[in-house]
Amino acid sequence: MRYGWGAVLLVVFAGVGTYVFSHGLQADPSVPGDGLRGRLVLTGSSTVAPLAGEIAKRFEQLHPGVRVDVQTGGSSRGIADARRGTADIGMASRALKPKETDLTSHTIALDGISIILHSDNPSVALTDEQIAAIYTGKIAKWNQVGGPDAPITVVNKAEGRSTLELFLHHFKLNNEDIHAGIVIGDNQQGILTVAGDPNAIGYVSIGTASYEVSRGTKIRMMPMKGVEPSLANVRNGTFPLSRPLNLVTHGEVSQVAAAFIAFAQSPQVHDLVEAQYFVPIAR
Amino acid sequence: MFRSPGDRLLLGSLRCVSVLAGAVVLLIVVFLLIESWPALRSVGPMRFLTDPSWHPAASDGGGGRFNLIPMLIGTLASTLGAVMLATPVGIASALFCRFYAPRRIATGYRRLLELLTGTPSVVFGLWGLQVLAPLICQWRPPGQSLLAGVLILTMMILPTVALLSESSLNSVPRAYLRGAAALGLSRWAAIRSVVLPAARGGIITAVLLATGRAIGETMAVLMVAGNVVRVPQSVFDPVRTLTANIALELGYAMDIHRSALFVSGLVLMVILTALIGVTEWIGGDRLDA
Repeated sequence: MRYGWGAVLLVVFAGVGTYVFSHGLQADPSVPGDGLRGRLVLTGSSTVAPLAGEIAKRFEQLHPGVRVDVQTGGSSRGIADARRGTADIGMASRALKPKETDLTSHTIALDGISIILHSDNPSVALTDEQIAAIYTGKIAKWNQVGGPDAPITVVNKAEGRSTLELFLHHFKLNNEDIHAGIVIGDNQQGILTVAGDPNAIGYVSIGTASYEVSRGTKIRMMPMKGVEPSLANVRNGTFPLSRPLNLVTHGEVSQVAAAFIAFAQSPQVHDLVEAQYFVPIAR
Repeated sequence: MFRSPGDRLLLGSLRCVSVLAGAVVLLIVVFLLIESWPALRSVGPMRFLTDPSWHPAASDGGGGRFNLIPMLIGTLASTLGAVMLATPVGIASALFCRFYAPRRIATGYRRLLELLTGTPSVVFGLWGLQVLAPLICQWRPPGQSLLAGVLILTMMILPTVALLSESSLNSVPRAYLRGAAALGLSRWAAIRSVVLPAARGGIITAVLLATGRAIGETMAVLMVAGNVVRVPQSVFDPVRTLTANIALELGYAMDIHRSALFVSGLVLMVILTALIGVTEWIGGDRLDA
């Protein structure tokens, strides 16, 4: 027992630390406000998370008794966590699937996906069939679709992204059939990849792409079926590749969660939605 | 053992700290084993080597496919390439610093290398993605490739090899050099036949430490290597390393897919353990000698 007291001290410190940490973060009952208090956990889509984080900040300012914790992990995880009750609210950057009818979705914004090319690439517009053929490797050179004599670099998203799911669904493709030249993680990496390769073709969120185009990044957004990829066309529903950004709940929701969802759908957050280059929903 | 309470306090706290440090590694291994157990049990270890492809989330035709071989090859190829480039350059720069450069230049050069060691990998990655990969692309598309990964990794581990090699050159006793000079050896002959053999253990340790860093590097490689799960046919083909695979997919993976990613973490741990074993085996006895 000569050195044992050190260990005892350590355990005591750790215990006290854990206690303070877990209890200290609870809302102080003396704070002013409207009586709404508690803690909300949101998990899911990395597309929705930054927006949800901004909304959460504003919500916390309005309701000092509430803490909102936003974690990313993809739409599938958002759905699973909401169903299991691990999260109060799930985030999904897609509509619910037919087998997910046990959940309720609350759309907070719209987003579109645009095919992007390098700004020097002269190929004006490709048909859906041509894009599908390019992604499955049946068309491997730009001169087969009216471009220069150069190999096409197919940029695809990594497994699990809802952007990938929406893209595959729209073009009726299987991820296994795609002959990718480069696989990317997030939108930003996709944009930098296409901007650095005149022969690349990729697809990213319209919001992020239009922001980069406005900053002069060397990419071009390709029209689909004659419709320009723009936030306006996503808003009026004419752009074919668009998706809702949803908050997802399972069964009865708490008062705090209901208040947060109502706030996220209200005009009070439209400026935040637009700042993230998404389309606010019309109410 | 000690009379003074101060010494006893010190000993006690040092023991606590080292138990903690050791426990962290053990806990990581235990955690990896627990997390990868569902995949190891339901998929079986062999399928990680024999499956036709890596499509862990596929829902059609009997569920996911879990072949780790292309990524294992990606990790080994990029690491080996980087070590083969960084070793001669690093040793040469250490020799330059120690024996040929004027003192002021040597000091400035050393500071630069130290700065390079501290540069975050994301910075290397961004530079590679925006400058290096497009350059390679002009030559051989698509640019993001094994070659880009190797070059970025080389830049990241070069300072480690150079600085550690130099410190092991510095630890060669001066008397050896004077002895060599007394025998009438030229400077290069003295370096080749006296200094390098004497510093060999330290240089090997430097290279192996750099290898460890190259294997573990994630972000920079993810940004420049293309990340396609396929065995590369040339250095211009894209590769995905085991670490990039974990970083790309873990946030989006569930159930068996998630567990399969922990299996690749376990594989990395085994590779690193083997590397440390080799370090001990080669470097250890020479350093003690």
